[in-house]
Order: sequence, then structure tokens, then C-alpha cells
Amino acid sequence: MQQIFNFVIRNKTFLLFLLLFSIALALTIQSHSYHRSKFINSANFLTGGVYGTMNSVDQYFDLKTTNAILSEENRQLREQLFNLQGTKDSSYIDSSYSKGHYKITIANLYKNSYSSTHNILTINKGKNDSIKQDFGVMTSNGIVGIIDNTSKNYATVLSILNVKSQINAKIKSTNHIGSLTWDGKSPVYVQLEDVSQFAPIKVGDTIETGGESSIFPKGIGIGTITSFETDISGDTYKIQVKLFNDMTNIGTVYILENLDRAEIQSLENKTNE
Amino acid sequence: MNSVAGINIARFILLLLLQVVICNHIDFLGYINPYIYIIFIFLFPIREDRLVLLFVSFLLGLMVDMFSDSGGVHAAAAVCLAYARPILLKSAFGMLYEHQSIKFSSTDIGSLITYISLGTIIHHTILFSLETFNISNILSILKKTLFSSIFTIILSVLIIILFSRNRK
Repeated sequence: MQQIFNFVIRNKTFLLFLLLFSIALALTIQSHSYHRSKFINSANFLTGGVYGTMNSVDQYFDLKTTNAILSEENRQLREQLFNLQGTKDSSYIDSSYSKGHYKITIANLYKNSYSSTHNILTINKGKNDSIKQDFGVMTSNGIVGIIDNTSKNYATVLSILNVKSQINAKIKSTNHIGSLTWDGKSPVYVQLEDVSQFAPIKVGDTIETGGESSIFPKGIGIGTITSFETDISGDTYKIQVKLFNDMTNIGTVYILENLDRAEIQSLENKTNE
Repeated sequence: MNSVAGINIARFILLLLLQVVICNHIDFLGYINPYIYIIFIFLFPIREDRLVLLFVSFLLGLMVDMFSDSGGVHAAAAVCLAYARPILLKSAFGMLYEHQSIKFSSTDIGSLITYISLGTIIHHTILFSLETFNISNILSILKKTLFSSIFTIILSVLIIILFSRNRK
């Protein structure tokens, strides 16, 4: 017994080092598995407060670009509205669809990151605004990511620039689906994998969300094809996609809540059983 | 004694804020960020207990992790640096360290740069290896380590020189 105590006292520095290092390592490993970074994340009171102060200063510096983006979006929406008005008279409107399937919340991005391989963003809406895990996040240009952790007033977003992220996407012209991943290299390009070899692919084609996952609605733009190659297995294409969104410069984002999600999920669970 | 503790607490908070508010968002050439919070570990008083240093470094790393959503990579790297510090001190300052009489504000610049460079490289290698967590990306780890280290070393040496001159 005496010897054990002596050993502990003699090596106390090393033992403390070992303890702290293994705690840190455990947290690291935990954070590398999906939806697990529970304890150490920036969706809390302290970090949210600091990032909030920083954001309110930061916003003034790009008011001009934000305005430009907003007016461009206004133009697009107005265009869609006018086109819709033309078709409205003749088409039949089903009253069950008029309720809408998606609820949109606006949020400010408090922390952006794109230089690491596991990028996580922080936004200023949380549980108090009924934001929950697995809601979709987008800007006017395209998708940004999926809500990961939420606290009272803040939430973290698993960016599409995260090697853990996997989002269902399709080629606009042919409806061939694949999953959108990131190889961790450039914040401008993401990869569309598992696209069938039978798909006719052209450089310059548009990639958009597939709407299979009930997180994003069908048809939100993601990017354009810049190059493609056959996968090692030979059955599928691996496509390089240039993002519409400039992921290095995001100010305001929209959070999408699918109101039918619970229904879809319970149906799928029933089928799987 | 109290003033030493005060200075270190102030340094802790200031460097942490500087790191998360400014340095984490520089992203020079897309991925190069300096990690200047390790200056705190470099300048921690030598006569203090090593256990305290280890614990405070862990805390500092964890705070940086919290702000940058990186799990525990900064904590792990900071603890390693804190544990390796006596070896670094011995190799950089030699006899001076044995007599426990180093004053960082008055050491010659060559030893200081050796000390900071060795420490920064150890810290950044562990940091980026754990962050990428994938041995097949070893080239990207080395690239990030090299360029970020250069950035951190230059900035750290500048900050230390700048603020030690003021104190004299």
C-alpha cells in the first residue's frame, strides 16, 4: 500500500498529464462521431454571448454586400411571383396543399468556419425559437448544412463542409440521385458520390437537393458540375460540384422546418419494422 | 505573489478572447490560422507547480475547443505542450533553467525563438493530427502544421518582445 502511494506521489505530474490527455482524447474521439459533440460545443451561453457581441460589430462591415444579396433575392422572388400569377388562374388548387409544408425561420450566423475538416457553424436561434436537431439550413443561394446541437438561444450547424456530412442530392436534368460529401480540401468544391454509371452527365449541369431525406425540400440549388470520374469500384461516378454558395461569406441564413417530418418518419419506421 | 496571479489570469482571458475573436477567423490562404493562446503556456511562471500548469493548460485548451467546436483537440495539444515544457526550457536555455532564474523579458532573442519554435511545432503537430484524425491525409496535416507554425511563431515572438519591452 505504502509503495502504491509512493508511486502515485512520485509520478503525480505524469499521472495528471495522462488523465487530462485521455479526457481530451476522449472528447476528440466523441466529436468525430455524428451527433455526439454534446458537451464541448459553441451552442452555449458563454460562447454564444461572445460571438453575439462580435457579430453585432462585424455586421456593419458588410452591410453593402448583404443589401446587394437581399435585393437580388427580392428580384428572384418577384420574378417567381409574377410567373406564378400567370399560371394560377387556370390551374386547379388543392386545398390540402395550401397550408405549406415548410416553416422558415431567419437566423444570423454567429460563427463561420471553413478551414478545418470538421466545420461547425453557430447561429443565434435555438430551442426558444423551436429549432430542433436535423432542421435544414440554407441561404438564398443554396444549402448550408443541418442543425446539430441546440441550446436555449443558439444552435450549431453541421456544415456541408464537414467530412461527416452526407446530404441527399440529385442531378437536376435527369433526376439521378447521389449523396453529397466533402473531402476536406477546398471550401469551394464538394463531391457527389454514388451516382449511377447510367446517368448521362455533362460538365455544367446543376445539382440540387433530392428531397428524399425530409430535411430539405426538393429542388434547392447546390452547385454545378465541374468534372467527374468513375469511382474505383467502376459502378458509380464521383462528381466534383462547385457550390453556388460562397461558404466563406455567409451572413443571414434560413432554417427550414419540415412540418410533415414526424409523419414521414413514423411511416418509414413502420415500414422498416 | 498576488500580482503574478493577477497578471496570469488577465493574460489567460486576453489571449483566449484574442484567439477566438480574431485569430480563429484569419483563415489566411483559406486554412492558415495562428494559435497564439499557447503564449500563455510559454510564459507561465517557472517556479509554479507543474500540476497547476497542466491543469490550467487543459482548461485553456478546452475553452478554445468550446469556441471552435473541435471536441478536445486544443485541450490535448495544450496539455502535451505543458507537459513537455521543462524539456523545452532545458534545451533552449540550458544552465539558466537549472538555476531557475530565467526572465522571459530579458533573455537573449535566439534562445527565446528556439524555445517558442520547438513548443509551437509540438503543439501544432498534435493539434492538426487530432483534428484531421486520418493518417491518409498526412500531407495535409504536415502542410497545415508547417504554415500555421510559421505564422504562430512569428506572431508569438513579436507579441512577447512587444509586451516585455513595455514592462521594463
